[in-house]
Amino acid sequence: MKQQKSSLLRNNAVQTLLASLLCILLGLLIGYVALLLINPAGASEAITTIIKNFMTYSKPATQLKNLGNTLVKTAPLLMCSLSVLFAYKVGLFNIGAAGQYVVGAGASLYFALAWGMPWYVCLLAAILAGAALGAISGLLKAYCNVNEVISCIMLNWISLYAVNTLLNLVKEETSPYTLNLINTSPGSVLPSLGLGTLFSGNKYVTIAIPLSVLVALAVWVLLEKTKLGYELKATGCNKFAAKYCGMREKKNTILTMAIAGGLAGMGAAMLFLTGFEQWQCTQSSVPSMGFNGIAAAFLGGLNPLGTILSSYFIQHITNGGAYVDKTMYSAQISDFISALIIYLCGFVLFFKFALNRWLDRRDEKRAKSAQADPQKGGMAE
Amino acid sequence: MILLLQYMLIFASVLMLVALGGCFSEHSGVINIGLEGIMVMGALGGALMMKFLPAGVPAAVIILLVVLASILLGMLYSLLLAVAAINFKADQTLVGTAMNLLGTAAATVFVKAMNTAEDVDNVSSIIQYIGPKKAFLVNIGGFEFNWFMLLALIALVVSYVTLYKTRFGLRLMACGEHPQAADSVGINVYKMRYAGVLISGMLGGLGGIVYITAGVSEWKFENGVAGFGFLALAVMIFGQWKPTRIALAALLFGFFRALGNVYTGFDLLKAMNLPAAVYNMLPYIISLVVLAFTSKKSRAPKAEGIPYDKGQR
Repeated sequence: MKQQKSSLLRNNAVQTLLASLLCILLGLLIGYVALLLINPAGASEAITTIIKNFMTYSKPATQLKNLGNTLVKTAPLLMCSLSVLFAYKVGLFNIGAAGQYVVGAGASLYFALAWGMPWYVCLLAAILAGAALGAISGLLKAYCNVNEVISCIMLNWISLYAVNTLLNLVKEETSPYTLNLINTSPGSVLPSLGLGTLFSGNKYVTIAIPLSVLVALAVWVLLEKTKLGYELKATGCNKFAAKYCGMREKKNTILTMAIAGGLAGMGAAMLFLTGFEQWQCTQSSVPSMGFNGIAAAFLGGLNPLGTILSSYFIQHITNGGAYVDKTMYSAQISDFISALIIYLCGFVLFFKFALNRWLDRRDEKRAKSAQADPQKGGMAE
Repeated sequence: MILLLQYMLIFASVLMLVALGGCFSEHSGVINIGLEGIMVMGALGGALMMKFLPAGVPAAVIILLVVLASILLGMLYSLLLAVAAINFKADQTLVGTAMNLLGTAAATVFVKAMNTAEDVDNVSSIIQYIGPKKAFLVNIGGFEFNWFMLLALIALVVSYVTLYKTRFGLRLMACGEHPQAADSVGINVYKMRYAGVLISGMLGGLGGIVYITAGVSEWKFENGVAGFGFLALAVMIFGQWKPTRIALAALLFGFFRALGNVYTGFDLLKAMNLPAAVYNMLPYIISLVVLAFTSKKSRAPKAEGIPYDKGQR
């Protein structure tokens, strides 16, 4: 019995799950302490509000509708985290998911609002725009040796200002927001295929949600089951070895960033083509979606299927943050908690190392005692 | 023209301070992507000090206290990186990114909580410091000299001397090049790396307060520091991890950043009729182009980003 239990703890997936749960728990705990420090009176209520999110409503129909709202924003987050994950598996840190998301939003909205294109064209435009931006970082990395983190950050800001200028052409006259998508160009809205009725008639629930899950599966297949995925990962491990084996390491780097960019760009289209949100053309900071993608990717143990769960969780608490009592706390408390969780994810490797060492020591001790007293050891078996 | 010079010098001071901070950290072997978060925290420390200092305190005392507060908070915050990267061998890029997000989020939560506690209707994340800010400025014939410019210059000289002329600096650099070799001659690599990260926290925090007081007299903490920490990293790479070159690079980048603030004052630029967004993008575009041309022969410290493991060969 005990032998089985220790082998379960040795399982990498179990360890990852444990580590992620620990990160979440610690993150929430520290967040709770922060709430206590700000205002002890409402702290318990606030943290339960964040965790409960849509369940704060009593009516099941309203709950379902708000679950739909959370899911609508989970789809782009999942795409962003897949983008980060994909690049990370190939040894690149795609902090530019945020910028690729921004150009994706810009391209899809401009195609939809200015030209009234059908939704699949807009979606494709977003993917291409994101991929192009990603490819720039990849090119700079492959040919000019520019660290992808730095170039991505610069591109994040450049794309933010560029998209603001572009979307200024299709904004409402009296507000800084872009035109209402559903009224202006109904053909550009992602089809719902009756999914909305499942969530008490939430019209923002579209094929984006199942699509994002399919993409997660596709990313998993690509990374684990194809030659291309293997080559990309090999390039990430050691680009000199990859080159020696006849792989085109420069092409692989660029391709990786392009795919990662495409994923993030597609994510933006999945949100903005539902009409759930309008782009604010005076935005002065890069949207946090891409950065939260980093949190979700690492919290999901860098596994495409794990990120489905972790993306939902991150979005769940982010949405939950909107419900806290504004007279006492600010909504940013959930940003604070998810940032804490990312920070704690840095310790996951150490956690696994410590756990394995502990297990080793336990096994050693057990082996020793079994040796010293074979009869007793035999009984325990 | 004077205005352009003034903005250029102040932005260059920010970039120089922060880039020098990054330089110390990287020479010790720790990549500090979290400079942005450190800047926000330093800015928060300084802004709070300015807010809560009673009126009528002499200017010199204000300057001293504000600088101290920024440095202290920046150093404390950089400990997050030091502990994770040095003791727990965490991925430095990941931790740095988390620190950037955490810095802005924590500062926003804190400032909003403080504002709402004072006045229930005030949900902004703004700290005002119009009065105390004057302590930093000296008007010399239309040119607003800022004491921070002098401070940046001092930091530059001190950094140069520390890195190249003292035992400490040379040992620090050894830890970033070949920590195993450094350890073999009795240098405590962990201690040196702590020192490197803490110095980057100190300079980063100082850079943060300079940045938020550079242009405006109130600051919205939701905005963080608008990617300046990363611009500083670009300055550092462009400056090839050498203090003197960093100073020159900072002046160049400061110029382009300043142009965004004052371009309306030049007839030629105004006649070109470019949208304001172009000037906002300019520093980032320039840094990308510059990096593209200089990174090929970049001479980064060899062991940067690799956690030091005593048992490794």
